[in-house]
Amino acid sequence: MLSEALVWAIFLLPVASFLLIGGVIRPLGPSVAKAAGYVTILALGVGFVLSLWLLRSHAHGVVYDFAPHLWLNLAPGASVQMGLLLDPLTNVMLVVVTGVSLMVQIYSMGYMDGDESFARYYAYMSLFSASMIGLVLASNIVQMYVFWELVGLSSYLLIGFWHDRPSAAAAAKKAFIITRIGDVGFLLAIIFLFFQADDFAAQGLNALHIPDIWTAAAPIAAGGAGIVAGGALLWLCLGLFAGAAGKSGQFPLHTWLPDAMEGPTPVSALIHAATMVAAGVFLVGRFFPVFSESEGAMMVVALIGAFTAVFAATMGLAANDIKRVMAYSTVSQLGYMMAALGIGAYNAALFHLFTHAFFKALLFLGAGSVNHAAGTFNMMYMGGLRKAMPFTYWLTVIGALSLVGIFPLAGFWSKDEILLEAWLGTGAVETSVSLLVFVLLLVGVLLTAFYSFRMVHLTFHGEFRGGGEQELHDCEEAGQPAPTGVSHHVHLGESPWWMVGPMVFLGISAVIAGWVANPIGVKSVFGLIPSHWLTDYFASGLHDGHHAPPFSIAMAVISNVVALAGIGLAVLTYAWPRGFTNTDPLTRGGIIHAVLAQRYYLDHLYEGVIVGRVFYRVVAAVTDWFDRNIVDGIVGLTGWISRNVGSLIALAQNGQVQTYPLVAALGGLVIIVLYLILG
Amino acid sequence: MSLESMLVVAAVLFCVGLYGALARRNFIAVLMSIELMFNGVNLTLVAMGRWLAPYAVQDALSAVLTGQVFAVFIITVAAAEIALGLGIVFAMFRNTESVDLTDAAAMRH
Repeated sequence: MLSEALVWAIFLLPVASFLLIGGVIRPLGPSVAKAAGYVTILALGVGFVLSLWLLRSHAHGVVYDFAPHLWLNLAPGASVQMGLLLDPLTNVMLVVVTGVSLMVQIYSMGYMDGDESFARYYAYMSLFSASMIGLVLASNIVQMYVFWELVGLSSYLLIGFWHDRPSAAAAAKKAFIITRIGDVGFLLAIIFLFFQADDFAAQGLNALHIPDIWTAAAPIAAGGAGIVAGGALLWLCLGLFAGAAGKSGQFPLHTWLPDAMEGPTPVSALIHAATMVAAGVFLVGRFFPVFSESEGAMMVVALIGAFTAVFAATMGLAANDIKRVMAYSTVSQLGYMMAALGIGAYNAALFHLFTHAFFKALLFLGAGSVNHAAGTFNMMYMGGLRKAMPFTYWLTVIGALSLVGIFPLAGFWSKDEILLEAWLGTGAVETSVSLLVFVLLLVGVLLTAFYSFRMVHLTFHGEFRGGGEQELHDCEEAGQPAPTGVSHHVHLGESPWWMVGPMVFLGISAVIAGWVANPIGVKSVFGLIPSHWLTDYFASGLHDGHHAPPFSIAMAVISNVVALAGIGLAVLTYAWPRGFTNTDPLTRGGIIHAVLAQRYYLDHLYEGVIVGRVFYRVVAAVTDWFDRNIVDGIVGLTGWISRNVGSLIALAQNGQVQTYPLVAALGGLVIIVLYLILG
Repeated sequence: MSLESMLVVAAVLFCVGLYGALARRNFIAVLMSIELMFNGVNLTLVAMGRWLAPYAVQDALSAVLTGQVFAVFIITVAAAEIALGLGIVFAMFRNTESVDLTDAAAMRH
């Protein structure tokens, strides 16, 4: 049993760390910058322990129900409160966020060593972790929105951490603006709820309190309040989903995620594993009781998720930047989670979020480790790193196998559960929809396997192709500007322990997190953790949470065969032709490869057509014309009128002293005459 | 004498004064015309004061003599005004060798 103060401490410690670093350590200069790292690690370490304690006690049946603190009483039925909503979803998210964040902070001690803005980096990282923790704890939708935007802000700061690089500044801006497009939907949903405040007040509910929103969406027959239903409910869900799609990089708002690779690699790991992108899935999970009341909304979530899963995976096939491959993989895996939520497999989706956090963080940290040695992120200039960095190699392979979903690694259990739920259907959407989702996700497994092992082969197998030095040399010969982030600093060797240590921890998690947290197909693990523990725990957070289906060997065989087929294809393409040098065999795909490598030209569509043509040439041109001619014209006209009326009236000032009393006398006469006529 | 005849005389005095003040060019003549206007006003006050006397509250001397008091007050102010006005006339004549008001147009736009 934790006191309320201890639960708040999980959130307040990183906040304190942010203030301490920003206010004290950073102004003291670079000599004490290392302290920033220790402070952050300490804050998150304590937070991690507290989160584990919280999860353990809650799972053992301790009821956490702290009364929220009133902040603003806007209207009857609409109070903004600061509260703690401690349900299974929050508790597991807390462990994931603090755990992954802690590993990333430790890793950063090695990765960011020597960076001139070391303290600033840790200040941002503390803020980022604190915002995400605040987000998962929030019990009020406005409180949630505050932290939602803080997550957006801190990711903006971290993606643009190396702000002297134009590409990083542009990527930060892009991430901020594109997620903001989705956030408009979220904000509209909040405003919609605010306008329902009277209906909520009539039932003694608070329109901004999240559990009350769940009640409001449930029909009266099911014990709810039935305040929001039908079309309004659908639009409410779509608004929330727009926010989630922006943050979680779902089609068509996914384009910011690959560009977000401009930040330091540990930041990418944190963004992609535990914080920023998980926030979108968390939002849909948080409002799952609302979504599940609207079949239309569920269908949209399922189809967009499944489509994104395949769509992003195809782009991952043609990316040459190791971190971009990871980025597409993240978008694709988030698609899995969204699809699972959409078909009603709430617990499977969150289970996948849980396992994904570990193996994706591991893969990103591996990519950072590779970059540390090779001086570039371009896989075309890597190769053969297996011998130089054995730990990184094996850990990356574990991460990749887990991502692909090979038995018995963590990713297998969660992905298998999603596939199984999609195949069996949960009744949340039409069977045809969940079968379509199943097919798309199975295709996604094949593609995932292919691009993952393409990445492994290009990076670690074959001959070393020169690293950053060679890439800079080639760019110079071709007369192109050097890509950012590429350095001459190539030293083939294992990364320092600061970096490998966290990777080992994440590697172990990527192996065991699946079957330890959620044993499937057995009665229990070590007699401690019963079968389906995690998914049942998630389900206990819902009123009508359904239990996961029993383990199906047939489904496991199918998904593994598909995954192995993908791996086999990758091996055939990349390992077999020994003569492979600097040209990707996939370029023989011609126009298809070009379309994939150009990301389906969506960036061109957004930036060239929508922003460049529509926005700059039409919207901006019209507003510019309006500003120059109408707004400035009105201002100019006001001055012109005053000036001319003034000189006209000045004519009356003729200096003749008798004219003035004459006018006054006539005026008096007029008043008298008017009085006589009208009075 | 009736109130009306006194008011008519007062109005005629006022209008003659007004005409003079607006139409004459000689500054001194204008000042004299202004005196005529004052006297038109004074005559009105005195006439009204006398006419209202029967209605005034008994034993309240101030109420009975309000119009007359005003007239005496205005005569005093008019004396001060004419002293000031003649001072301006002297100053104007020193500077411009003229007492024609149309010449004093330095304040025009």
